[in-house]
Amino acid sequence: MSTVGDYQTVATLETFGFLPPLTQDEIYDQIAYIIAQGWSPLIEHVHPSRSMATYWSYWKLPFFGEKDLGVIVSELEACHRAYPDHHVRLVGYDAYTQSQGSCFVVFEGR
Amino acid sequence: MSKKYDAGVKEYRDTYWTPDYVPLDTDLLACFKCTGQEGVPREEVAAAVAAESSTGTWSTVWSELLTDLDFYKGRCYRIEDVPGDKEAFYAFIAYPLDLLEEGSITNVLTSLVGNVFGFKALRHLRLEDIRFPMAFIKTCMGPPNGIVVERDRMNKYGRPLLGCTIKPKLGLSGKNYGRVVYECLRGGLDFTKDDENINSQPFQRWQNRFEFVAEAVQLAQEETGEKKGHYLNCTAATPEEMYERAEFAKELGQPIIMHDYITGGFTANTGLAKWCRKNGMLLHIHRAMHAVIDRHPKHGIHFRVLAKCLRLSGGDQLHTGTVVGKLEGDRQTTLGYIDQLRESFVPEDRTRGNFFDQDWGSMGGVFAVASGGIHVWHMPALVAIFGDDSVLQFGGGTHGHPWGSAAGAAANRVALEACVKARNAGREIEKEGRDILTEAAKHSPELAIALETWKEIKFEFDTVDKLDV
Repeated sequence: MSTVGDYQTVATLETFGFLPPLTQDEIYDQIAYIIAQGWSPLIEHVHPSRSMATYWSYWKLPFFGEKDLGVIVSELEACHRAYPDHHVRLVGYDAYTQSQGSCFVVFEGR
Repeated sequence: MSKKYDAGVKEYRDTYWTPDYVPLDTDLLACFKCTGQEGVPREEVAAAVAAESSTGTWSTVWSELLTDLDFYKGRCYRIEDVPGDKEAFYAFIAYPLDLLEEGSITNVLTSLVGNVFGFKALRHLRLEDIRFPMAFIKTCMGPPNGIVVERDRMNKYGRPLLGCTIKPKLGLSGKNYGRVVYECLRGGLDFTKDDENINSQPFQRWQNRFEFVAEAVQLAQEETGEKKGHYLNCTAATPEEMYERAEFAKELGQPIIMHDYITGGFTANTGLAKWCRKNGMLLHIHRAMHAVIDRHPKHGIHFRVLAKCLRLSGGDQLHTGTVVGKLEGDRQTTLGYIDQLRESFVPEDRTRGNFFDQDWGSMGGVFAVASGGIHVWHMPALVAIFGDDSVLQFGGGTHGHPWGSAAGAAANRVALEACVKARNAGREIEKEGRDILTEAAKHSPELAIALETWKEIKFEFDTVDKLDV
C-alpha cells in the first residue's frame, strides 16, 4: 500500500472552516476578543444554498457598543433557534476601517 | 536683488549647505547615508548630494541667473553621525515641491537617485528614507483597491491570507500548471501565484496559462464554496503586451493580476495600477531585482524607500520578506516598512529604521506578502510578526508535502487558523507555537505529516544589512 493519503476537497465557510467546530468556551474567547478590540458584534445568517452571497441577512442589527458576552451568546442561540437550517456567523465589525476584524461561522446549517 | 554672473567652480556648501533652514511641510525630505572620499569635509559632500540631486551643476552657468535658483534648489539642512560608523554620516536634504512632477514616482527617483550615485566625491551613497509631503501624496492614486476593498472582494476576514507560488517555477505546460493551481486552491489556499519568471515562454504561452488557470480557479471556487484567485503575471516586454494580458485576465473573470515593479519599471507599474482601479482588478506586486539595489548597507536604496514608492505608484500586495525564512530581512526593519505599507500615519522611529514622520493621508493600504522558504513551523512567528493584513505564501511548504499540494495547502490552512484562534484567545503564539500546532494536528493528518516533514528547519544566518544602532 502506498503511504500517500487521498486529500478530499471539503466545502468550507472561510475563516476557521478548517478547524473542528468551536466549543462553547472557545466561542466565548472569540467574542471576548471582538469586544476587547472595540469592535461591534454582529450576527448574520443565510440558507446554505446562498452561502457565497456577499450579503447574508442581519440578525436584528449590529450590537453596537455591546460589552456583555452573555448577551451575544444568547443572541447567537436565538438566531439559531429562529433559523435552525441556516448558517449563523459572528462578525467583529470595525467601524473605523469599515471592515470585519473577525468573522466565523458558529452554527452550520444543512 | 539681482545677482552678478561669476563664472567658475564654487564650493557646493556655499549654496547647498543651509543648517538654519527649517523644512516646510510641502518639502520632500530625504535622508542619505553618505560615505565621502577621504579628506572631503562632510558639509561639502552633503551639499554636493543636495546639489547634484536637484539644481546644481559642477560649474556655475550663466543661465542660472534667468531664474531664482534659491527657490528651486535642494538643501542639506542637517548632518548626523551614523551610530557605530566613523566613516559614514546621514545627510538630511529638503527638496521643494516644485522640483517634482505631480503623481510621478519615476520623476522623484530620477531626480533623487540619478547621477548623484555615480558622483566621484562619494565612495558610497545610500538613500535611507524619504518623507513624502501630503501635497505630493495627494497627487498619486496609490493602491488600486487597498486592504479593505481587497478583503471585501475576496470575502476574507479576521486572518492573514494564504498563498503559494506554483512550482516548478519554469517548464510546466499550461494544462499541468493549471492542475497545480487547482490542487492548491481546493486544498484551502486563498491565492496561488505565477512565479516572477513566468511570463510567456515557449513551453507555456500566456493565453494558454491564463485559460487553464481560470478554469482551475473557477472549479476550486465551486467545490470549496470559498473565493479564490491566482496572480496572473502580466509583466511583459512592452506596455502594450502588458495591457493585452491584463485585459484577457479580466475577460476570463479573474480577480487579480500581477506585476514586477522594479524590472517592469515605475512608469509601467503606475499605468497598470490605474488600469486596475478602472477595471476593478486587484494588483499583486513582485519585487525582483530589489536586493541588487537595497542589500548593501552603504550603497543603494533602502527597501523602505522602494516600499513607499510602490504604495504611491500603486499595488494591493507587496512582497516584504519573511524575517524567518530563507531571504534577508531583520525583524525591526521589516516591521518598520510594513507599517509604511499599511498604516495611515507612521511616526519617526529609528529603532524601526523610520527616519521621518510619514503621514499617508487617505491613501489605501497594501497587504504585506511574506514568501520564501517558509513552512508550517514558521506559522506562529509569521502570524505574530505580520498580523492579519498580510499574505503568507508557502511554495516548497505546500508542494513539498508527501501527499501533494492539496494536502500541503490544507496543512497550512489548519496551522494558520489554529494560530489565529489561539492569538484571539489571548495565547502567546510564538512561545506556545509548538503546543498550538501539535494540538491542531490531532484533527488534521495533513498537518501532522507536514510537521513531521519539516521538523523545525530554520534559516539562521545573520542579516547583512542591519539597522545602525
